[in-house]
Amino acid sequence: MEKSGNILFSGVGGQGILLASEIVAYALLDAGFDAKKSEVHGMAQRGGSVTAELRYGKKVYSPLIEPGKVDLQMAFEMMEAVRYLPMLHKGSRVIVNTQKLLPPSVANGSVEYPENILDRLTEKGITVIPVDAFALASEAGEIKTVNVVMVGVLSNFLPMAPSVYEEVINTQVKERFRDVNLKAFALGRKVS
Amino acid sequence: MNKNQFWMSGNEALALGAFEAAVSVASGYPGTPSTEILENLVKYDEVYCEWAPNEKVGLEVAIGASFAGSRALATMKHVGLNVAADPLFTAAYTGVRGGLVVITADDPEMHSSQNEQDNRNYAFAAKLPMLEPSDPAEAKEFIKLGYRLSEELDTPVLVRMTTRVSHVKGIVEKGEVAPRAVASVVKNAPKQVMLPALARKRRVYVEERMTKNREIAETIEINRIEKGDTKRGFICSGVSYLYVKEVFPEASVLKLGMCWPLPEKKIKAFADSVDELFIVEELDPFLETHIKAMGVACKGKELVPNQGELNTAIVRRSIVPETVEKCFEASALPPRPPNMCAGCPHRGIFFNLSRMNVFVSGDIGCYTLGFLPPLNAMDSCVCMGASVTIAHGMIKALENAGAKGESVHNKVVSVIGDSTFMHSGITGLLNSVYNGSSATLIILDNRITAMTGQQQNPASGKSIKGDPATSLDIEGLCRAIGVKHIWTVNPHEVPETRKVLKEAMDCEEMSVVISRAPCVLLPEMKERKAVSYYTRQENCVGCGSCIRLGCPAISWTKFGEGEAEAKGYKRTQKGVSKIDENICNSCGQCASLCKFDAITRKEA
Repeated sequence: MEKSGNILFSGVGGQGILLASEIVAYALLDAGFDAKKSEVHGMAQRGGSVTAELRYGKKVYSPLIEPGKVDLQMAFEMMEAVRYLPMLHKGSRVIVNTQKLLPPSVANGSVEYPENILDRLTEKGITVIPVDAFALASEAGEIKTVNVVMVGVLSNFLPMAPSVYEEVINTQVKERFRDVNLKAFALGRKVS
Repeated sequence: MNKNQFWMSGNEALALGAFEAAVSVASGYPGTPSTEILENLVKYDEVYCEWAPNEKVGLEVAIGASFAGSRALATMKHVGLNVAADPLFTAAYTGVRGGLVVITADDPEMHSSQNEQDNRNYAFAAKLPMLEPSDPAEAKEFIKLGYRLSEELDTPVLVRMTTRVSHVKGIVEKGEVAPRAVASVVKNAPKQVMLPALARKRRVYVEERMTKNREIAETIEINRIEKGDTKRGFICSGVSYLYVKEVFPEASVLKLGMCWPLPEKKIKAFADSVDELFIVEELDPFLETHIKAMGVACKGKELVPNQGELNTAIVRRSIVPETVEKCFEASALPPRPPNMCAGCPHRGIFFNLSRMNVFVSGDIGCYTLGFLPPLNAMDSCVCMGASVTIAHGMIKALENAGAKGESVHNKVVSVIGDSTFMHSGITGLLNSVYNGSSATLIILDNRITAMTGQQQNPASGKSIKGDPATSLDIEGLCRAIGVKHIWTVNPHEVPETRKVLKEAMDCEEMSVVISRAPCVLLPEMKERKAVSYYTRQENCVGCGSCIRLGCPAISWTKFGEGEAEAKGYKRTQKGVSKIDENICNSCGQCASLCKFDAITRKEA
């Protein structure tokens, strides 16, 4: 079991990154780690690129991850998987939701969405784990559970048992959304 | 975590600390990164909380509660303290009855702000103690300590947060709740009536208090020396301390939990104990300037940047550049700036303004995003409320010294949100009317303080707790101020709105257009999705009218060679528009613009 680590969550405002990072944080705390998580609220949340940084270990000082020190990245959108390349290192693992959300310049037709974008990670020796989280969320019965599908995938790379995450989902998610989120987590967990 | 430990943000921890300190009254105005303090404090039934229309009002309410003998709290972001500076500087003279803490949440890097001023300078200028926690656990302890100091020294106490303390989550331990003081009316004119003769006496007290405060700074436990390797010594406060500890775990550190006033003896003793002294601080050389004034040699801003946030990489690069490892270069990508939400009522207004030849004097809120392409419909934005007054100033300059014979009244429009209007736009409008402005003011009334995450305001009809409250009649207010020309429009009807805007701008007297539609992020708006809009793509001629709205739900699909004809479109058509129904919030602005029946309303 790793004694410490740095997890970067990246995506687009409104994708539920804060909840995803919260579930992972609680699971790490349950496993006895110290942790710190940094978020940015306010204007940045209005449909722009957003990140949350989660650090864990025996004792965590800095709330921010140093560039080049991200061990695991959870990217909720393909372009947002590549935007934080300076944060990664050779051997980093990046779990990518293969959904494309078009930034304004692409949506209005002035530039193209870059092709084969994930090659920019693999050619640097970064391990890419692509996931069609949107399809799995639809299968779970609610497209808004993309974030929890992603947590399910991530759980394969962290030492905690699935029951720890399920417990957190039970306490963090409103009752009427619990079952669909548990299903989303299970579908993500199956991705290897 | 044990049963007494909780995972919470710095702002949640401040709320818990205020509760444990038996705060009775709290007031503030939302502003990133301070907003969640009151949002969490209101969950404790024992504390009276309210949203004030601005920070000056909030602080004065807190001073009143303190005068009644209760512990009181005022919260705001860094620029909010500029608004509240007037009561702050004189409350420094009156002192307190019940403890008074003022939280300023600064935003280095300007994640969500128009400047990155360093509010430690206010502690120096107003002659007040300032505490600066490094993480959520300290935030909770420091606010409690703040109340003890406030009552012991008879002073308001400033607590300075920054984004990376307010919006960082960490482990916090719950503590005992202090007994609550009984509020009462006690007259004490020499201390509370600051007319010159009395203020002069309090002025002397302020200096005596600072002397006493400096002695406390020497011994207080939050100013601590962590003895380590004596080769390098660091003095730091706030989040900078955490970066230093991470990069130089072996070094000697003087951590200043109280960043004003400074413990001169302790600093000199620490400086003498190390070979080389570094001051690591975000933004201004605040500690450095005052430490150098003590005659202590140290290195600071010649190494550490004075702009933006710090982090471990910047601290490493500043102090030991030879140890920096190379990182991957950033990869070129289309940018993804923030954008107004799909269905945002502001978009219709800015779309119209983008098509009118007019200077748009903007303001602070979600609608500042009207500046971004493709709308590009904002030409100035300075501070809360300045839209109205800047427009007036421009109009007066044009009237007084513009080109002869040119009309002025249709040249400048100001745009302000409902919350910002109530914050500090009302007095500007009063001035415009009184002094005969011919500008047009557009009030974007979405019934909520949206940018900071849907906080209630005096127009919402709800209190901070969600209880019913009196709702401001904006039209009535404008009329009472003396505005004679007032229209109310539904901004989702884009062409209709354009007609009204033109009429208003043609007015040779001050005119007001109230654009009224609720924020799409309001919970009640999320529940509703009775209609949806979809594109009958066979009708789309590729005119691009809807694309120019810049709505995140609408995208353009370019046709390849021969594709238009193959799909049954005119040979020269370049592409078609498409609405993503998962993103669409059914405002219908695009439908009101489409002349080809390609975007149609569908009852769900």
